[in-house]
Amino acid sequence: MMELTLGHYLSVSAALFTIGVFGIFVNRKNIIVILMAIELILLSVNLNLAAFSVFSGTIAGQVFAMLVLTVAAAEAAVGLAILVVYFRNRGEISVEDVNMMHG
Amino acid sequence: MNILHDITIAAPESLLLAMGLLGVLVGAVLKNGFNSFSRLFGALALSAAAMLAAFQIGSDPAYAFNELYRITPFLAFTKTVAFGVAAVALLMSGGYLGREQMDRFEYSLLILFGSGGMGIMLSSSSLMTLYMGVEMLSLSSYVLAAFNRESRRSAEAGLKYFVLGALASGLLLYGASLVYGYTGSTQFSEIAAAESSIGLIFGMVLMLIGLGFKASAAPFHIWTPDVYEGAPTPVAAYFSTAPKIAAVVVFANIAFTVFGAFEESWRIIVGIMAALSMLVGAFGGLGQNNIKRLLAYSSIGNVGFAFMAIASGELYGASPTLTYMTIYVLTTLGIFGVVLAMRRREGMVEDISDLNGLSQRKPGLAIALTALVFSVAGIPPLAGFLGKFLVFEAAIRAELYWLVGVGIIGSVVSLAYYLRIIWAVWAKDAAESFEATDGVVRLSVYGSAILAFPVLVIWITWLNNLAMNASPA
Repeated sequence: MMELTLGHYLSVSAALFTIGVFGIFVNRKNIIVILMAIELILLSVNLNLAAFSVFSGTIAGQVFAMLVLTVAAAEAAVGLAILVVYFRNRGEISVEDVNMMHG
Repeated sequence: MNILHDITIAAPESLLLAMGLLGVLVGAVLKNGFNSFSRLFGALALSAAAMLAAFQIGSDPAYAFNELYRITPFLAFTKTVAFGVAAVALLMSGGYLGREQMDRFEYSLLILFGSGGMGIMLSSSSLMTLYMGVEMLSLSSYVLAAFNRESRRSAEAGLKYFVLGALASGLLLYGASLVYGYTGSTQFSEIAAAESSIGLIFGMVLMLIGLGFKASAAPFHIWTPDVYEGAPTPVAAYFSTAPKIAAVVVFANIAFTVFGAFEESWRIIVGIMAALSMLVGAFGGLGQNNIKRLLAYSSIGNVGFAFMAIASGELYGASPTLTYMTIYVLTTLGIFGVVLAMRRREGMVEDISDLNGLSQRKPGLAIALTALVFSVAGIPPLAGFLGKFLVFEAAIRAELYWLVGVGIIGSVVSLAYYLRIIWAVWAKDAAESFEATDGVVRLSVYGSAILAFPVLVIWITWLNNLAMNASPA
């Protein structure tokens, strides 16, 4: 039976973070998916913080993770609110159409 | 541990947040009756906070809230400027908001909460406080960018700002988690004393990228022109002043005090960001016709100059960064005042060609705009020249000659689009005149133009002395 080390946690978290970042840039379809990707980034950070906290024996990381959870909720609320305003104006939420301004 | 002592140290932010909450309460009771009064309320709270911060410039550095919070003269000075210009930006927005049917009290409250966030992130002395402050500022900024609910452009600006801003927060946070993991502490003082490791350096780079995003330094600037163009003009005026100086100073503060031991590692990164910002700001602005977009590129370029001072290191760069950004935000406020005055009978206009012949129609405004634009371009003997001079001096003392070269190229190229504005104002045939300018806007434009003038050498020496005394240590 393999022992779980800090490295394992960090790898999972790094993978989640990368998926999140790619989710924002590669995604060509739907803005809701971008919100999910942002949430994934914040959760990968939480995993990082919790793992570091356990393995280093300091409590600060867990406190930080709680703070991040709270802020992530606020961030999602603001993001969805802006998305609703956007939808009311445009009638759709596909990424390709976010292009009124460029140059 | 004395709560009263802590509150005294965090007095400006405490006041802003208390007034913000009070505003929410009053708004809930009075509903729309609070709308027009709310701006005065917000501006009074911001000026009072600026005054409280000004009192702290002279005092010694101090900690509060279990060392989660810190105040130094450097930070107190920045807060004074940031809250002061936020108050003016809020007052300037009155006429515009009323005419565009979006005069709602939430606008003032969002600026109050955002400014409170600025103060918290400036004074942060722990990764947690830093993140909280950054998010408070960012969340209220996203909403402000999308404040014109009826406008498609405004909604799109808010959406873009939100997505890229959230990504930046994610990078900042991921970097912060690595820094915490490899140092075992979230306190800045302990991180600064920690030993170097690859994880720590990686975390530091991610944090600097996240903060660079917020300060709109290239190559993380993509959101800036779109947000400035799409957001309501007074919101763009606010974005380019108070949060800008706060973000740059937070960046400098984190680089200097938290990662001071790794100065050799981050100087090259900041230097590259500075060079790219100056080039993007100069070349990106050349083809623009929309004045708000042009000002966005101008602000990217100017952040580049401030970053050049940061790249010079704490010893040479700290006070030039602050002096440069102070002069820049005070000047930009005036230029945005002119943009707010660009109003015809059919509504707001935003093209540079709409400024044609301004000198014949509104000579006062034209003279003020000329002084302000020349100041931002760095033409002697205006204030902006002194800012640029100090920055170049810092870079030369730090022996960053390649960066000085890029800076000169950036200055010269950006002069082309600044001169285009001046050319339109003075040499072109008159376009249709603008409607009468609001009193507050006119006052801010003239005030800002007077500050840009060399008569006030005294003002500049005073400012530089203050910034000098207020170095971060």
